[in-house]
Amino acid sequence: MASSYNAKEEDGQLSGAAGSGGVGAGKSKKPDNTAFKQQRLPAWQPILTAGTVLPAFFVIGLIFIPIGIGLFVTSNNIKEFEIDYTGIDPASECYNCSQTLTWNSTKPCICKVPFTLEQSFESDVFMYYGLSNFYQNHRRYVKSRDDSQLNGDTSSLTSPSKECEPYRTSDNKPIAPCGAIANSLFNDTLTLYYINPNGTESLVPLIKKGIAWWTDKNVKFRNPGGSNFNLTAVFQGNSKPVNWRKPVYELDTDPENNGFINEDFIVWMRTAALPTFRKLYRLIEKKNNMIPTLQRGNYTLEITYNYPVRRFDGRKRMILSTISWMGGKNPFLGIAYITVGSVCFFLGVVLLIIHQKYGNRNNSAEIPN
Amino acid sequence: MFRRCFNRWCGGDENRVDSRTIYVGHRRCPGTNTYLPLKFCDNRIISSKYTVWNFLPKNLFEQFRRIANFYFLIIFLVQVIVDTPTSPVTSGLPLFFVITVTAIKQVGDEEWMMWITETSLQMRMNTIPAHLILGLVCRSTEDETFPGCSIQASLDGESNHKTHFTVADTEKHLDSFYATIECEQPQPDLYKFVGRMHITKDGLEPIVRSLGPENLLLKGATLKNTKKIYGVAVYTGMETKMALNYQGKSQKRSAVEKSINAFLIVYLCILISKALVCTTLKYVWQSHPGHDEPWYNQKTQKEKDTNKFLKMFTDFLSFMVLFNFIIPVSMYVTVEMQKFLGSFFISWDKDFFDPEIQEGALVNTSDLNEELGQVEYVFTDKTGTLTQNNMEFIECCIDGYQYNYRDSRTELDGFCVTDGPVSKLQEKAGKEKEELFLRALCLCHTVQVKEGTELHGMDEVDGIGASDDAEQCCYIASSPDEVALVKGAKKYGFMFLGMEGKHMKMQNRNKDVEQYELLHVLNFDPVRRRMSVIVKTKSGETLLFCKGADSSVFPRVQAEEVERIRMHVERNAMEGYRTLCVAYKSLSSEEFEQTDAALQDARLALQDREERLAQVYDQVEAGMHLIGATAVEDRLQEEAAETMEALHGAGMKVWVLTGDKMETAKSTCYACRLFLKRTELLELTVRTLEEGGRPKEEKLHELLLDYHKRAVQDRHKDKDKEGVTRSWSSGFREFGFIVDGATLSLVLNASPDASASRYKSLFLQICQNCTAVLCCRMAPLQKAQIVKMVKNSKGSPITLSIGDGANDVSMILEAHVGIGVKGKEGRQAVRNSDYAIPKLKHLKKLLLVHGHLYYVRIAHLVQYFFYKNLCFILPQFLYQFFCGFSQQPLYDAAYLTMYNICFTSMPIVAYSLLEQHICIESLLENASLYRGIAKNAMLRWGPFLYWTLLGLFEGLVFFFGVYQLFWNPALADNGQVFGNWTFGTIVFTVLVFTVTLKLAMDTRHWTWVNHFVIWGSLAFYIFFSFFWGGIIWPFMQQQRLYFVFANMLSSVSAWLIIILLIVVSLLPDIVIGVFRQPQGPDRQQVPGPDPAGCETRTPLLSEATSAGATEQTSQCTRILSTFQYKQNLIPDWRPPGPLLIES
Repeated sequence: MASSYNAKEEDGQLSGAAGSGGVGAGKSKKPDNTAFKQQRLPAWQPILTAGTVLPAFFVIGLIFIPIGIGLFVTSNNIKEFEIDYTGIDPASECYNCSQTLTWNSTKPCICKVPFTLEQSFESDVFMYYGLSNFYQNHRRYVKSRDDSQLNGDTSSLTSPSKECEPYRTSDNKPIAPCGAIANSLFNDTLTLYYINPNGTESLVPLIKKGIAWWTDKNVKFRNPGGSNFNLTAVFQGNSKPVNWRKPVYELDTDPENNGFINEDFIVWMRTAALPTFRKLYRLIEKKNNMIPTLQRGNYTLEITYNYPVRRFDGRKRMILSTISWMGGKNPFLGIAYITVGSVCFFLGVVLLIIHQKYGNRNNSAEIPN
Repeated sequence: MFRRCFNRWCGGDENRVDSRTIYVGHRRCPGTNTYLPLKFCDNRIISSKYTVWNFLPKNLFEQFRRIANFYFLIIFLVQVIVDTPTSPVTSGLPLFFVITVTAIKQVGDEEWMMWITETSLQMRMNTIPAHLILGLVCRSTEDETFPGCSIQASLDGESNHKTHFTVADTEKHLDSFYATIECEQPQPDLYKFVGRMHITKDGLEPIVRSLGPENLLLKGATLKNTKKIYGVAVYTGMETKMALNYQGKSQKRSAVEKSINAFLIVYLCILISKALVCTTLKYVWQSHPGHDEPWYNQKTQKEKDTNKFLKMFTDFLSFMVLFNFIIPVSMYVTVEMQKFLGSFFISWDKDFFDPEIQEGALVNTSDLNEELGQVEYVFTDKTGTLTQNNMEFIECCIDGYQYNYRDSRTELDGFCVTDGPVSKLQEKAGKEKEELFLRALCLCHTVQVKEGTELHGMDEVDGIGASDDAEQCCYIASSPDEVALVKGAKKYGFMFLGMEGKHMKMQNRNKDVEQYELLHVLNFDPVRRRMSVIVKTKSGETLLFCKGADSSVFPRVQAEEVERIRMHVERNAMEGYRTLCVAYKSLSSEEFEQTDAALQDARLALQDREERLAQVYDQVEAGMHLIGATAVEDRLQEEAAETMEALHGAGMKVWVLTGDKMETAKSTCYACRLFLKRTELLELTVRTLEEGGRPKEEKLHELLLDYHKRAVQDRHKDKDKEGVTRSWSSGFREFGFIVDGATLSLVLNASPDASASRYKSLFLQICQNCTAVLCCRMAPLQKAQIVKMVKNSKGSPITLSIGDGANDVSMILEAHVGIGVKGKEGRQAVRNSDYAIPKLKHLKKLLLVHGHLYYVRIAHLVQYFFYKNLCFILPQFLYQFFCGFSQQPLYDAAYLTMYNICFTSMPIVAYSLLEQHICIESLLENASLYRGIAKNAMLRWGPFLYWTLLGLFEGLVFFFGVYQLFWNPALADNGQVFGNWTFGTIVFTVLVFTVTLKLAMDTRHWTWVNHFVIWGSLAFYIFFSFFWGGIIWPFMQQQRLYFVFANMLSSVSAWLIIILLIVVSLLPDIVIGVFRQPQGPDRQQVPGPDPAGCETRTPLLSEATSAGATEQTSQCTRILSTFQYKQNLIPDWRPPGPLLIES
């Protein structure tokens, strides 16, 4: 091109011209010569080329594959046992309970499901209940709660949020806790017995604290009137949720786990993301380093069958699982990491080959030019 | 900047009348009893559209007329009325933001522009009350700006650079001055004013005086050269011509905006289909027992009672609301902001600063920045644009003898007769003729003499000046030709000394001062292309001197005189000089009186004054005697040739539209390398039409067909023959096309039969296949016609007009982009342009750099906006399949609201303002880069599809990645489980990071601002999430996100999935980018009609290394090569067509 236009050189010329011109009278309309206004801010100009991308691919591959393997191994080492106790099959133990269940039945229906653990669970074991086809993430359901009521706000206690409809009042009294979520609190009671080799059952101790988020338990959920109030008195003006068998102040005998700060309740109130979900139910702590938390052997799961799921084709499960640093068992993450890492590595190799091949051809082609 | 605006109903019923009557000084004339109360508006300038009172409703109305804003308003209303998943705040807040910013921008823009054009008038006006009332006599002193349009009715009618005259017979004593002014209703034409003044003297019949534009001082003008004047305000406030002109600003819409609207419709379809799918599936899903209303999730009584179809409809609306974010609300405001702020870079560019006029570029509209990167046709004026309009008197020809002024020292009297082809006899014309000619030059003009060389105020007002340092006096005229001629005459000994009252003084060769009474000036106008003066000599003789273009003078003089001079004129024109012919006529006293009366009569007319005047002029300027001709050189603008070369290299077609003679124009075209030696010229002019002696139409038809065959058909044949392997540099025939005004009108206004449209299309096809087209002898309107024709041709190419004079205004307004050159012919072109630059050479940088960058920036901005909102809302759509189509939002309301406003807005704004994907130097050096973005390359369906697919892919990855993870929601290492809000937050986090990093990858120019906003946005997102989840918010119904984010981060799995998904999402873009990089044999050549004949080749990756240039250039070329890979990203990314060929 004939015109060589180098703005940087011109800088000097122009400013020189302006200086010698001596147009000092008043404010010149000459634009400021600042880097910003002249679009000449110093800039880093990275470019994606095969040269820069190739190492990145290899690096990603080399990092991701080990992570993936680690995740996969970890996930595989997690022991998980799952048992469906819905009682769909007429042969199953809970079939009767599932058939006869009504909300206002006074006599609890109890069924016992035996199962065998093939492997012992060495570390802490977490007991979950799982529900399927239960739309806790339905919009009508998700919004049907009153967080200020749950936070101990007394005015919300007497007049709950409109969002709680149609679980807002019953018997002309405001419901506490109001809303569909609270109303449908999972109320099966699960008890675990270890069947000793000699045939005797021994109760596996289940810890019910520490299953909810700390912040939920201590900040987001609060009993009205503070902790030292008599809960029975506080909830005097309220009625219990229609599907509950006992009022909220009788959820537990432990005052630290009663009322709104009952951890089972808090866990339930954190709505699940998908229609098939599990929620933490109990903890089984490892007591002795010598003995596994749950030994190999036979167990009995005793269920107080209260929660109806058959009407919406739901399923109920009990899950026993150990936990690792990555949480519960989920091979997906490990597989995904290995896959992505391999793909990156593979792409890196392909690119390298192409780059080499065509890079050479370019060089040879350039000579006649 | 906010001007107080008041709504006043200006002269409501008065508007219906054709003229208005103003009482000077509000005094009734003694004779008349009627005194109508004044209903004219006061002098406050009201912002053309808005006032304080109507601003809100009017602006809102204006804004909601835009489809997008209206759509958002509807969404907002739906949210308010219907029970919708997201709170009205989520769309209300962005909408409010958008509306507010747009309103501020509009007001700011408008006020700002108005301020600039009016040169901050109000500031200077503070001494004059805002309540200037019509009819009020006001006094202005020198250097004060005029508060309103007023009629100068005062003492010494000297003028500023545009001469304005007092009305004759106005009194020196204003106290005893009674008059009424009758004038037309306000109209925007600055150079037109028709009025009458009735002056009543005690007891006498009223005297009627005509008022024309020369008597009118416009608002904003400055008084120069005169101590003080008295004037009558005739138009005030909003009725001033200045204000009226502002309103008439054209609304040009850019191609980008059209693309946006097309994309918008696509997304609207996506949105509606999404909502329809969801609504349908919802009812399918609900039909399953236990799904619609399970025991745990009962409906309210109200819901149960609602009519099913109404419910379906509201469900549909709810889905619309849920997915409405797919249409980016904030895109509009970002685009507006980008345009507004971005345009500052043009006015800030110091390369556009011209030390001569002490001014830089001016941006009149910010809507067309990106259009500068899309220009396909450049229509340029010649005089003042291609050439400097800095006239120099070169030679003259008197009575057939040529006089060439060389150097005054060689011959004492400054005369030198060159041995031209005609004057081989070394003869001079008769002394009488010589002197008559020089007198004519001295008298026939409207030049003013300004004593002293105080020139600094010059650039404020219309008019130009040329100083003569030696004589300490300078001539001022509205046309530089006149100054050149007067100065030319001076060189030959006849010096114009100026006006004294109505007398023109001049010094002849004997140093005697001659005086002529100026009787009439028959003004120049581009239609007549000539001007005349009628003067009275001392001896009482009345003479008419006329000068004008040969075509307009020759028919009015004796034929034999023409013959003697024509050759000279043509030869001069060939050499690129501007020629004028000078003629005179002696008027008998009867003749004069007749003319005088006719002129007076015509001037007093309120209707059709122009036409009547022209008629009179026509009558007088007949039967004249040709004395001679002049040749004035108009030098080429600096770097005119380089600029034209660059424009050609950038694939633009340059058309020169000029009023000049063909020969002059042609030589200019050669000089600025528009035509090259090898260019085949196709001529379609009156001359070629007349050659055969056959009827013009027939010949025209024949020529058109012939040219069409040569330029269009053969060329395509060539292309086919040579096939894929053909090289562009060889055998490439270039055509130049020349057409003149008369022929053009023949083509365009051919007899209205079938051939008319055929002519037009033939003509157009020929033109489009030529590298350069020259249209000479154009009337201003024809220029616009040409532009319009090309603009509306197939493919609707983007046109650009550049010009400096009033005659270019029509084409500047007509073209997509109008550029005004701040030349010497006044400010009209600048005022009507979209962008104004001091010199033609600045056009190169304006288009190649600014236009290119702005286009890339805004195109990327638009695509990015659609993309980021698609992958924002797609997971939300997918989530509906897992939540029973219940319209449950995936993200929290705060995230929904803030996504476009805070988390992802700033990086793209910074990008769209600062990005330089190719550095400025490369853009300037490689004009062919401009072709890479031609034909809206980055906003066509190909790239749009790419971005959309990318958005779809990423949305799918986000959702299903997290979905897979949530098969086991026990993600924390303490066995605790995460709920739906954590799910949404993880998706959202991945989304924000991916979208921001995608932009980071596309950023080629990382200034500290980019770093700041990109990393700042991410940091802000994290900070905000902590903050939003860290507090139990009072007055909030739900504390959905309480500690969700913090808990999420406590989970290693969440971290890992976030990192994984970001990598997976970005991977395809990187891979495609790398694979699309030009590899080996896949080379492109950008050949083309490079006027210099050399083949321009865009450097490729492989060549970049061999370039071995400085570090800077190698860096630039490296960027270049990546730009190419970007172009290759999509198969049809590059424009098809003949310009880019892969070999």
